Amino acid sequence: MFAWLVMMRSNIVSVLLGGFALALWPLATGSFGVDLVAKTMIYAIVALSLELLVGATGLVCFGQAAFFGLAGYAAVKLSPEGAAASLWWLLPVAMAVGAAYALFMGALSLRTRGVYFIMVTLAFAQMAYYVVHDTPLGGGTDGIYLYVKPVAAIGSTLLIDLDRPLALYYFVFGCLVAVFGFLALLGRSRFGRALAGIRVNEQRMRATGFSTYPYKLAAFVVSGAIAGLAGFLFAVKDGFVNPELLSWHLSGAVLIMIILGGIGHLRGAVIGAFAFALLQEFFKSETIFGGFAKHWLLGLGLAIIVSVALLPRGLIGAGSLLTHRLTRTPRVEA
Amino acid sequence: MSALGVLLRATDVTRRFGGLVAVDRVSLELQRGTVHAVIGTNGAGKSTLINILSGELPASGGSVQLRGTDITRWTQARRARAGVGRSYQRTTIYPTFTVLENCRLAAQARHQRPWAWWADASACAVSVPAARDVAARAGLADVLDRPAGTLSHGQRRQLEIAMCLATAPEVLLLDEPLAGMGAEETERMLALLAELKAVHAIALVEHDMDAVFRIADRITVMVNGAVLASDTPDAVRRNPDVQAAYLGSQQ
Repeated sequence: MFAWLVMMRSNIVSVLLGGFALALWPLATGSFGVDLVAKTMIYAIVALSLELLVGATGLVCFGQAAFFGLAGYAAVKLSPEGAAASLWWLLPVAMAVGAAYALFMGALSLRTRGVYFIMVTLAFAQMAYYVVHDTPLGGGTDGIYLYVKPVAAIGSTLLIDLDRPLALYYFVFGCLVAVFGFLALLGRSRFGRALAGIRVNEQRMRATGFSTYPYKLAAFVVSGAIAGLAGFLFAVKDGFVNPELLSWHLSGAVLIMIILGGIGHLRGAVIGAFAFALLQEFFKSETIFGGFAKHWLLGLGLAIIVSVALLPRGLIGAGSLLTHRLTRTPRVEA
Repeated sequence: MSALGVLLRATDVTRRFGGLVAVDRVSLELQRGTVHAVIGTNGAGKSTLINILSGELPASGGSVQLRGTDITRWTQARRARAGVGRSYQRTTIYPTFTVLENCRLAAQARHQRPWAWWADASACAVSVPAARDVAARAGLADVLDRPAGTLSHGQRRQLEIAMCLATAPEVLLLDEPLAGMGAEETERMLALLAELKAVHAIALVEHDMDAVFRIADRITVMVNGAVLASDTPDAVRRNPDVQAAYLGSQQ
């Protein structure tokens, strides 16, 4: 019991430390660093949304990019030309678009299981990709620009102007904190415990009196809304959307992030997103790798394979693995 | 017998798997205050019958009624909420959760409220006391904080019953609750069943004949999916067909 309390406290401390570091980061770096970390925090939000499906509920979804990209497109398409949209309605609408596509995808894909489920979610995401890519609706391969970024104002007082990089950084940071806190509470709630029960033993959940399908569908919709939030932030940050936001590469990258960080932990999703970004920057760096830097995907791939082989429970499990190796005490399997 | 006491009634329930008839026009009634044992050799269709009554498998024919309402087409989850609880022959618990959480999650089925996302489930005023109560009744009060996967076989069987009770069922469908249990554990389980009998209607599938004849008020004997005999224990014991088909081979 005592050890559990200490562990609990060290988890909270690590989350607080991480939060402080992100809050103070803009003081320590220039515009490149601010932009990179803002982008990584957005990926962390998508990773958290996927963690709700994969880690909490046991549903391996390979279509997260669809919610992300469609919400990004919605943000750009619904902004008035030449004037700033109001954040108050544009953000909820973009999230609703992500949630709506998740409802559609979930309602049909949740009737399948295992590998079929993974493939069906991928198929739905590819469907959205080709609609955006090949129809006049999405503006084709070149994508579309968002000329004036949305603002939040009460009356004539401007509260948040997302055109300013620092305002955007702290807005993204606030969103990440809110999503993390929301999912932490959700995980402890009756809803979250029911999702955990579905992950561990769905047959028993049904025998106990839970209609598991609506639970899984609700998890999908919540996940889609959160991924939609991230898509909105991404579109506003870059002022630009293109079909790549919906591509399966992104779905795969987010899946790799949570595997890298450690499935089953919210912190794992955030750590995984940062580790992924760090590895990417590292292998892309020409000062380190010279001409080989253009083959950065190869380096990234090898690093991920090595990491997963050495740390099967992800970076989050690295600490306990290390202490148990060093002290030679047997590891307790949960 | 008064029809008022009948909680669950199966009429001509049939289940086919391709050409095989696993359950063949079986009818039975479960009354409050009685233990109705279902016995038969392996493959006689006992577990399939439990699966049909609990809604895990759809019936190919026949009907199931709960308190006079036709529930043949209800999902398993809906039947469970309406008061049909079951335990499994092969223990199906949540091995990574604590014993208390196993029971609490089962109790939560009657108090789901999934929209209250901010409320801590481990402080739930309904499911936590209910879970502690059923765990104590099943003899698990000392191991509440243990991961369920680390329990002994007998304790897992007790947990299986506790989780079934946590959903506050009126009808208990118990699939071999005594399987693999030691003498002492068997006695404790039989005492629990005797206690539960007062307010529940119990269907008991069991291989332990001594236990069955001690506790059952009524016994249905199944052979090849069909009912061979359904009567009081004494009558079943004297039934020549049963002796020839089933009991005889043991005596």
